[in-house]
Amino acid sequence: MAEVLVYVDHVDGAVRKPTLELLTLARRIGEPVAVALGAGAEATAATLAEHGAVKVLTADAPEFADYLVVPKVDALQAAHEAVSPAAVLVPSSAEGKEIAARLAVRIGSGIITDAVDLEAGDEGPVATQSAFAASFTTKSRVSKGTPVITVKPNSAPVEAAPAAGAVEALSVSFSEKATGTKVVSRTPRESTGRPELTEAAIVVSGGRGVNGAENFSIIEDLADSLGAAVGASRAAVDAGWYPHTNQVGQTGKSVSPQLYIASGISGAIQHRAGMQTSKTIVAINKDAEAPIFDLVDYGVVGDLFQVVPQLTEEIKSRKG
Amino acid sequence: MSLRIVVCVKYVPDATGDRHFADDLTVDRDDVDGLLSELDEYAVEQALQIAEEADDAEITVLTVGPEDAKDALRKALSMGADKAVHVEDDDLHGSDVMATSLVLAKAVEKTGYDLVICGMASTDGTMGVLPAILAERLGVPQVTLLSEVSVEDGTVKGRRDGDTASEQLEASLPAVVSVTDQSGEARYPSFKGIMAAKKKPVESLELDDLDIDADEVGLEGSWTKVDSAAERPARTAGTIVKDEGEGGKQLAEFLASQKFI
Repeated sequence: MAEVLVYVDHVDGAVRKPTLELLTLARRIGEPVAVALGAGAEATAATLAEHGAVKVLTADAPEFADYLVVPKVDALQAAHEAVSPAAVLVPSSAEGKEIAARLAVRIGSGIITDAVDLEAGDEGPVATQSAFAASFTTKSRVSKGTPVITVKPNSAPVEAAPAAGAVEALSVSFSEKATGTKVVSRTPRESTGRPELTEAAIVVSGGRGVNGAENFSIIEDLADSLGAAVGASRAAVDAGWYPHTNQVGQTGKSVSPQLYIASGISGAIQHRAGMQTSKTIVAINKDAEAPIFDLVDYGVVGDLFQVVPQLTEEIKSRKG
Repeated sequence: MSLRIVVCVKYVPDATGDRHFADDLTVDRDDVDGLLSELDEYAVEQALQIAEEADDAEITVLTVGPEDAKDALRKALSMGADKAVHVEDDDLHGSDVMATSLVLAKAVEKTGYDLVICGMASTDGTMGVLPAILAERLGVPQVTLLSEVSVEDGTVKGRRDGDTASEQLEASLPAVVSVTDQSGEARYPSFKGIMAAKKKPVESLELDDLDIDADEVGLEGSWTKVDSAAERPARTAGTIVKDEGEGGKQLAEFLASQKFI
């Protein structure tokens, strides 16, 4: 059976959920071979093995942390040469997409980004993508070289599928270009204790109607009652009420959770582009004509300052 | 010596229009108005600011696209760019990111550059990988997704705000930069700028001028293939209630019925 390279997104050995979803998709096309780089790479092996990785290729060197993107491209290219895979799958993070794209140029392959589903096909893997603010669904494939495909979070279930997960050291010689862009300093984001926006099963977002940074605590309280991530519309972010890292929409994050709750968000195209593929959509807005109500499974026309706290209280009392 | 800045821009269908695919599954450009991609305005703005800081700089705005793509170049020129290059050729129709980046790389090299600046992504394809590919093809450092950028003494510096960390980056010129929508509001063209833009030079190039063969670009020369495109079915109409004092509780009841509580 053909092997499929899976690029591992991890933080000091803790594998992030989208990588486990990639293993589920990789098993549809072949045998997953994981590539884990940087500090803690070997520590990823146990988790990856539980989810279907037959092999885990690892490499660590200071270059991975000290220079932008290119050292990781060098390593993934080395893995590609060692394995000759049927496809290369990479999580659709900002960095993941850049690594995948540069690899594709080097190995003379086409690239598909932001797939939301993947299946085996007669002419190679077929990727499903959302286009034009998720108003269209396309099916595409790579027609030259080894398919390089990046996949969005929440595109597949995480499945247990125990495999050998044998750790093998990957030998990487860095290219002349590897040290071109120096990472002079790195400031980790402060953890909010809430789930990662793009990975969360439930997202609670606030928009213009929240009317002030201080009022976002209402949104956060609802999110915390559900164990959800907090999102914000562009209007709320541009007004300085909530950080840009939480922006949902065309120029922010694109999310696809099981449940999306929009509070005080009208539902302009820029916002819909980032949340339209959510499974269940709920909205609270005082304007009955707001376009967000065209998308909802359940909508409440009303004042969010009344409705949201009541909802939060009700959830807390039901959960006991 | 003058700092040579090339800004790569894209002419895209208006995101607020009714965008769809043509019969050959390329982006339909006939039925929706086109414009300079909003995210590229940030790239033009940062180019202008870097040029203002430099002793001597020249900004060339570059696009690959059909005849109408000149509108995007005019907009950038009216904001203050000095000159424009338009690569236009019938054989380009249907080019994917690999084909387009090949053309851009050759055109950037032909123009001559110290700094290439791009937007973070286009508003139609939304891949966000072209700047990285361009850096790979040109063999120069990639300094991408910056919310802050500056150039001094042949070095480009910037802040990249990622999912897990914020990074300060640094590279020597020549380099490829991309900037996000957090980099600073783009200026509106002034009346004077709009008038001046009409007199600024727009060079037209064809594939022959860049030594690119027709079979390296277009639908045939692309390395990906779209097999189908289907309009997403409209979501089934949901339940909408008016809050009469119990809206939060009704919503909780719905969430419970869907097993979210």
